Amino acid sequence: MATKIIVDCSTGVTTEVELTAAEIAEREAMAAEYATQKAAEDAAVAAKAAAKASAEAKLAALGLSTDEIAAL
Amino acid sequence: MATTYKLISSVTVGSGGAAYMEFTSIPQTYTDLNLVFSGRNTSSGDWFSLSFNGSSSNFTGRIIFANGAGVYSYTRNADEQGVIPNSSTTANTFGNGSLYIPNYTGSSNKSYSIDSITENNATTAYMTILAGLWSSSAAITSIRMTISANTFAQYSTAYLYGISNA
Repeated sequence: MATKIIVDCSTGVTTEVELTAAEIAEREAMAAEYATQKAAEDAAVAAKAAAKASAEAKLAALGLSTDEIAAL
Repeated sequence: MATTYKLISSVTVGSGGAAYMEFTSIPQTYTDLNLVFSGRNTSSGDWFSLSFNGSSSNFTGRIIFANGAGVYSYTRNADEQGVIPNSSTTANTFGNGSLYIPNYTGSSNKSYSIDSITENNATTAYMTILAGLWSSSAAITSIRMTISANTFAQYSTAYLYGISNA
């Protein structure tokens, strides 16, 4: 069972307690949202990398050297 | 560093890990708050989330994210506020970051910023800077950090500082 650590700043007392059902549900919803958002962001990263590689290949085909492409 | 920079409380995660690290009953006697953290995820997933006063609603923000191959910008709510290393990164390494909240006791909406990084002895490592806004007139009395589905690893820490006359 997952737990949470709570620090009461007024007393300095730290307690570790099990998550409530609502908190467990919240975490499951967060995990689902995370998976969706992560997939979208991974796709964006992959698309940007692919576009960069494509652009570099086209520049190389035009005769630019690796150093010249890197200098852009 | 301001001379009135004072430690309010701290937490260190024990051997069982923890889903949340939470500070409650935050004193209302400072002008700003600074939460400095070091963390690692026990499983997959790189991001942590945030809530104030038990609420993860009314958060908006913009994050800049870099991974060693590129730089990206995304909108944000209360989720995915920053990064910590996951279990596939170099063993026993912890990321770190800082959450800064000015004027946390005021009645205006609360702006905040977070910087965070992972640690990884490999090509890919992450760094983020986030500009966030919690649209609420309530003073911030509690702060909670959590990781989606997984847990903070043992020895993850968070230190909450109060700053006066910042």
